[in-house]
Amino acid sequence: MELLLAVTIGILVATSVYMMLDRNVLRFLFGLVLLSNAVNLVIFAAGRLTVGAPPLIADGAYAPDGPIANALPQALVLTAIVIGFGLLAFALALVYRTYMSLGTVNSDEMRIAEPEEAKK
Amino acid sequence: MAEDYTKVPRFMGGPAGWISIVFPAVLFVYFMGLLPEVAEVPILRGMDWVPSLGIRLSVLLDGLSMTFALLITGIGTAVTLYSSRYLGDHPHYPRFVCYLLAFMVGMLGLVLSDNLLSIFVFWEVTTISSYLLIGFNADKAVSRRSALQALLVTGAGGLTLLAGIIVLGNVAGTYEVSGIVAQGDLIRNHPMYLAILLMFLAGAFTKSAQVPFHFWLPNAMAAPTPVSAYLHSATMVKAGIFLMARMNPVLGDTPVWFWVLTIFGGVTAVFASVMAIRQTDIKQVLAYTTLMALGTLTMLIGAGTHYAISAAMLFLVVHSLYKAALFLMIGIVDHSTGTRDANTLSGLGRAMPLTAIAAALAALSMAGIPPLVGFVGKEYMYKAGLGLEGGAMYWVIAMTFAASALMFVAGGIVAWKPFTGKMGQTPHKAHEGPWQMLAGPLVLGALSLTFGLLPDLLGEYIVGPAARAVYGPHEDLHLHLWGGFNAALYLSLATFAAGWLLYLCHQKLRGFLARFEASNPVDFDAGWDRLLDGFKAFAAWQTALIQNGSLQRYMAVIFATFIVLVGGTYLFKGAFDGAIGLSAAEVHPVQWTVLALIIVGAILVTWTHSRMTAVAGMGVVGIGVSLIFITFSAPDVAITQLLVEVLVVVLVSLVMLRLPYLPRRSTKTFRAGHAVIAGGVGAVITFLMLSVLGSDFDPRLTEFFEKSSYPDAHGRNIVNVILVDFRALDTFGEITVVTMAAIAAYALLRGIKKSTPDEKET
Repeated sequence: MELLLAVTIGILVATSVYMMLDRNVLRFLFGLVLLSNAVNLVIFAAGRLTVGAPPLIADGAYAPDGPIANALPQALVLTAIVIGFGLLAFALALVYRTYMSLGTVNSDEMRIAEPEEAKK
Repeated sequence: MAEDYTKVPRFMGGPAGWISIVFPAVLFVYFMGLLPEVAEVPILRGMDWVPSLGIRLSVLLDGLSMTFALLITGIGTAVTLYSSRYLGDHPHYPRFVCYLLAFMVGMLGLVLSDNLLSIFVFWEVTTISSYLLIGFNADKAVSRRSALQALLVTGAGGLTLLAGIIVLGNVAGTYEVSGIVAQGDLIRNHPMYLAILLMFLAGAFTKSAQVPFHFWLPNAMAAPTPVSAYLHSATMVKAGIFLMARMNPVLGDTPVWFWVLTIFGGVTAVFASVMAIRQTDIKQVLAYTTLMALGTLTMLIGAGTHYAISAAMLFLVVHSLYKAALFLMIGIVDHSTGTRDANTLSGLGRAMPLTAIAAALAALSMAGIPPLVGFVGKEYMYKAGLGLEGGAMYWVIAMTFAASALMFVAGGIVAWKPFTGKMGQTPHKAHEGPWQMLAGPLVLGALSLTFGLLPDLLGEYIVGPAARAVYGPHEDLHLHLWGGFNAALYLSLATFAAGWLLYLCHQKLRGFLARFEASNPVDFDAGWDRLLDGFKAFAAWQTALIQNGSLQRYMAVIFATFIVLVGGTYLFKGAFDGAIGLSAAEVHPVQWTVLALIIVGAILVTWTHSRMTAVAGMGVVGIGVSLIFITFSAPDVAITQLLVEVLVVVLVSLVMLRLPYLPRRSTKTFRAGHAVIAGGVGAVITFLMLSVLGSDFDPRLTEFFEKSSYPDAHGRNIVNVILVDFRALDTFGEITVVTMAAIAAYALLRGIKKSTPDEKET
């Protein structure tokens, strides 16, 4: 399973990078969403995969009995998911606002900060 | 000197002036008090500074550093006294004093340090203070250019020196000079010897302005005259000489050392002497004679015999005495008459008798005429040359002869012509300088005479111990004014004759040299400009290539860098080995399905040109990821992922209603280059994952959370305990980030109705 998951993550990353190389900022944004999913999977899988043993402690016990899933990456991924959502929401607002102000979603046409130099 | 500033009246420069005069004077007296002790045994003291890096703050006061310390503080006193009058009413005089004192401290630290790393630190202090002092008249473009040139040339040399110091420190196992000196043979036979030597010489040659790095020094004359006298003649430019002398017991006494130093030094000395005759600005004449002195010193240190080292140490003192006096003298003339042009100045002796006396004493010493100490110095150089063998003897004697004869001419240009003959027409009427400015040159001139008459005084307390520090133990040095009829004396007489002849025709010579210079294609100063222009053009080209303002290009560069750095590291380090044990066996059909779902979703997003299909694809991927979480025992994460995924889809769909369709062109055009980069990043990540999963897992942190979750935090859901208890601040930060994003998004969208042209959104 680890092998297949690694390959899947690779494909996910490849598609997101391809999207992020587009000059349409909307597609860039889609790439960002895919990439944050891929990164979450990377963090999660790096803590090793365990089937059917959530990191919970039974009633009355002081510590889990027997091996359970690694809790630490789960906590990290939880944080990452929420932050990723915040990032996406903000970026979406930014794209929307940019389109309203500049009338384009093509990053090559957004040149207020870096105007095209006069051709020599 | 053009006084184009508003004067601020200060008596002797005000408090800043007083401090700057008293500080070196007190130190000078202190070092004089130590002189008899140091002449016997060097003083070595120190304490640890950065022990982990082997950096000690240690002081080595032997004959060499004593000589330099006395020059720095003694001439420093003369120069600060002089400056208090010369620049005392300048609005930025306190700033000038700060720079000058910073330099003084740096230079003292440099010569007194026993640790190579602290020598480097002080070396850079002198570089930076020299930069600030050359650029003191910062409103002039010439000053700024000269300052920057000096900084870049000596700074580059300084960095090379640092590399050399580190290599030497590794070879010797210590950065203490006293410790390294003991291992001279080991280092000379080490395979890294040549590299160390060249790096040290790069530092020394740039600092001490040897050809081909000489061009910054004449330009540095843009600095106020006291600075030229102090830094760019008497002290700072001799830091390179100091370094070579210090390192002589370690790096010296090899054929490479001998030939590199004697050839570069000799060429510098003669080239500079010829160029000195060429100049009409007397300050420039002095700048080139300084180059000549530096070249001669380098050559003598390279020659390396006891005679040569003694001659170098003697000449070091002799030159500092007469050259500082001459610079200060020309400052007085400039101050008084408003010009430094050798063709204009003449007959000043009547109006400025004291200046003329100081100039005469210093110039006689420079020309090497008895009974001034310059004569003793020149005799010693000839003796050093005669003590060598074969080609080296002829080379050193020829170079010394040529340079000395030309020094005779330069002395005439600087101190004979301006003061004798008919009074010339100068911008201001000549008048005698004030006592603060006369004191320094007169005292220095008097010292040149005293040491000439009593050379043993100099030999016993200063030159002898200095030569011992550089050369090693040797019988005592005896200096004579009159050494009998010998080869050195005959050479001296020949020098005078040649110098006299050259002086008579020096104006014709100057014309000839000017014509030669005009037709000469090799111009170091212009070459420097071309080098800088080349750098700038390279930077512009590189910026245009990498930072062309296109987001696409930036992303491509970033991802390509990631592939090269991470992928390259993995390839070279062979980190893929761990991945071999993994296999695709024992995969449940449900898991196959989930993975297939993710892949299909991702490809759908990439492929489609419909916004809604893309959103749906993203949703599929998100749900697939949350299914993976639930499969592998992460229910909390799965729930969050599912909720967030729904929110994302809703949010994106809402915005989509207002945004344009995805253009078909960009969707259907397959971008091969981008696909390669994307595939590369994906492959690197896959291999990264495989090697992580194939390596051993360190469970210590996880075990800690499992053990302490209930006893310490009273929670049974370990993930939740981590989030709200062990890493509560992280979670707080996360909440802050989301809130900030919400506020920022609100701010972005708030005024949107007013400012938008409508009907654009289809």
